[in-house]
Amino acid sequence: MKIVVCIKQVPATTDAKIDPETKRIIREGVKAELNPFDTYAVEEGVKLRKRFGGELITLSMGPPSAVNSLRETISVGADKAVLLSDRALGGSDTWATSYALAKAIEKIGDVDLVICGKQAVDGDTAQVGPGIAAHLCWMQATYVNAVSDITEESIIAKRMHEDGYDICEMKLPAVITVVKGINTPRVPTLKGRLMSEEVDIPTWSAADIGADPEKIGLMASPTRVVKTNPPPPRESSTIKITGSSEKCAKELVRELRLRSIL
Amino acid sequence: MIALTENSKKEYKNIWVIAEQLSGHIQQVTHELIGAARPLADDRGSEVWVFSAGPCFDGQCELLFQYGADKVIMVEDDRLLNFNDELEANILGRMIEKYKPEVVICGATTRGRALIPRVAVTKVCGLTADCTELSIDPENGDLLQTRPAFGGNIMATIRSSNHRPQMATVRPRVMKVPEPDTGRTGTIITESIIEEDLAGTKKILEVYHSDENTVNLADAQIIISGGRGVKGPKGFELLKKLANKVEGAVGASRAAVDAGWIAYSHQVGQTGQTVQTKVYMACGISGQIQHLVGMQSSDLIIAIDKDPNTPLMQMADIAVEGDLFEIIPLVLEEITKL
Ligand SMILES: Cc1cc2nc3c(=O)[nH]c(=O)nc-3n(C[C@H](O)[C@H](O)[C@H](O)COP(=O)(O)OP(=O)(O)OC[C@H]3O[C@@H](n4cnc5c(N)ncnc54)[C@H](O)[C@@H]3O)c2cc1C
Ligand SMILES: Nc1ncnc2c1ncn2[C@@H]1O[C@H](COP(=O)(O)O)[C@@H](O)[C@H]1O
Repeated sequence: MKIVVCIKQVPATTDAKIDPETKRIIREGVKAELNPFDTYAVEEGVKLRKRFGGELITLSMGPPSAVNSLRETISVGADKAVLLSDRALGGSDTWATSYALAKAIEKIGDVDLVICGKQAVDGDTAQVGPGIAAHLCWMQATYVNAVSDITEESIIAKRMHEDGYDICEMKLPAVITVVKGINTPRVPTLKGRLMSEEVDIPTWSAADIGADPEKIGLMASPTRVVKTNPPPPRESSTIKITGSSEKCAKELVRELRLRSIL
Repeated sequence: MIALTENSKKEYKNIWVIAEQLSGHIQQVTHELIGAARPLADDRGSEVWVFSAGPCFDGQCELLFQYGADKVIMVEDDRLLNFNDELEANILGRMIEKYKPEVVICGATTRGRALIPRVAVTKVCGLTADCTELSIDPENGDLLQTRPAFGGNIMATIRSSNHRPQMATVRPRVMKVPEPDTGRTGTIITESIIEEDLAGTKKILEVYHSDENTVNLADAQIIISGGRGVKGPKGFELLKKLANKVEGAVGASRAAVDAGWIAYSHQVGQTGQTVQTKVYMACGISGQIQHLVGMQSSDLIIAIDKDPNTPLMQMADIAVEGDLFEIIPLVLEEITKL
């Protein structure tokens, strides 16, 4: 079984703050990390690889520094890693990103299963997994929280929905995107860490994967960001209640009664 | 890439809404999206069409017209009863080729988020996820798609000028359900599955409907929500008491969920649930934008915080400045007295 796990390096922040003056994100001191949702994809890959043998390859498209996140995946059990990095790929939207990743997966060759995270915390689109599946014309299962069975030909997966779940069977090769509940990612051992420092991680360019220059990067991306604004303020005047706690509680209850809520 | 010329762009017309179906029932998000699509179609002088895949109970389709749809494409086939990404994507792709919609919008649900990217890739069109606002550029008719970006600190407006249809997803409960017009009717277009649609599709083996794991914040009229200021699971007990008193549900910020004080299923915000309640009472939540995008369309927003300068205290309809551990027990007392 040959498994590819797609991982993205994202800004390490859950408390992104905006500078009130410049209305820009404060990026100073913000480090990069492996997309938290992708740690579950990696772990699932490691587990399946251990159970069924074969090879686990992690793949990331991003700047040269993304190699650090790829090393992290080696330290927890990936056999190989590939970085897809090229100026020509810069500015890709989800269409162009999933195209490039699909081309890289084709180059890796004979892949049985691609695992993605549920979504990347910076873009939050959840589009790249299904996008890869569509480019490759493979079947897909999203929001997977258990892989029940895999054979040479097929995979059985449990998918979460808002209202419950279902169990589906897909012919391999296929793409799955996994949710947080699927496993508990292992922490790297010291040995794993040391080993990951040694591993040679190749960088592939757009030409290496045979990407059509018309289909990559900013120019090829169907979507374009045309402007950015600070979030709109809510149009309402605020009733301020201050003073002793007793007064606050009384006034709040009165306001609620005035509006027939109580 | 294969960009469309101005002339071929003109062949694309009408605003489509992809219906969210659950065992024969069309879900509320579809009605919300029809409400969002209607003004876009009016601006373009075109129509609102709904694409509905799956067998549909009586009366469901009529409702779509009442909410503002002009035409409904129905593919009523039992093989679509359960969500099958590839099958639905194949049919929708074929319908897009046949009828050429200008805009396609779909709910950002687990199903919608699986279906639409697949179609966007095969049809080579732009797709914007989780839009909070949609409008038409009067100059050229492009769809302007606004969504939170960079973790919600900025609203980005996105367009895809050279591709048709323009695709977007919108989260449930971001748009409001329009008032139904009971006299309004429309046309049903019946389509069916063809052999080619079935190629390369998965098999659904079992389906379970349950609401065990989902706290249905969506249906609550009142949400009492807690953040880091609630300080721990005990604080949430206090909020639960208040929620029980007012027959509400308990919500939470991500900080509280990450701290392990309450389950993820209670989280409100960009990476949690989006709610649109009558009353949203935030206790000890500062109101970073990622939280605000999940609750800001609620009718009445109340904040309780020690710090009067937080974003939530600034935007709330009622801002109570003080210590929640003192105020909430007193509010409970006051309510008991009523
Ligand atoms: C990609 C991304 C996605 C995110 N998604 C979400 C999401 O879905 N939902 C979400 O909520 N957040 C989300 N966040 C996190 C968000 O940025 C904030 O970090 C988070 O909402 C802060 O939670 P909080 O308001 O509870 O905590 P804080 O910001 O720490 O606020 C706590 C508040 O409690 C007040 N307080 C303390 N003690 C008391 C007291 N005794 N009485 C009254 N008030 C008191 C304080 O004055 C303060 O205002 C996301 C972030 C990122 C980057
Ligand atoms: N640049 C990238 N390189 C590798 N994998 C990616 C990249 N972007 C997205 N992915 C994968 O696609 C998933 C969904 O990302 P997104 O569609 O951006 O929310 C992520 O969890 C990753 O598994």
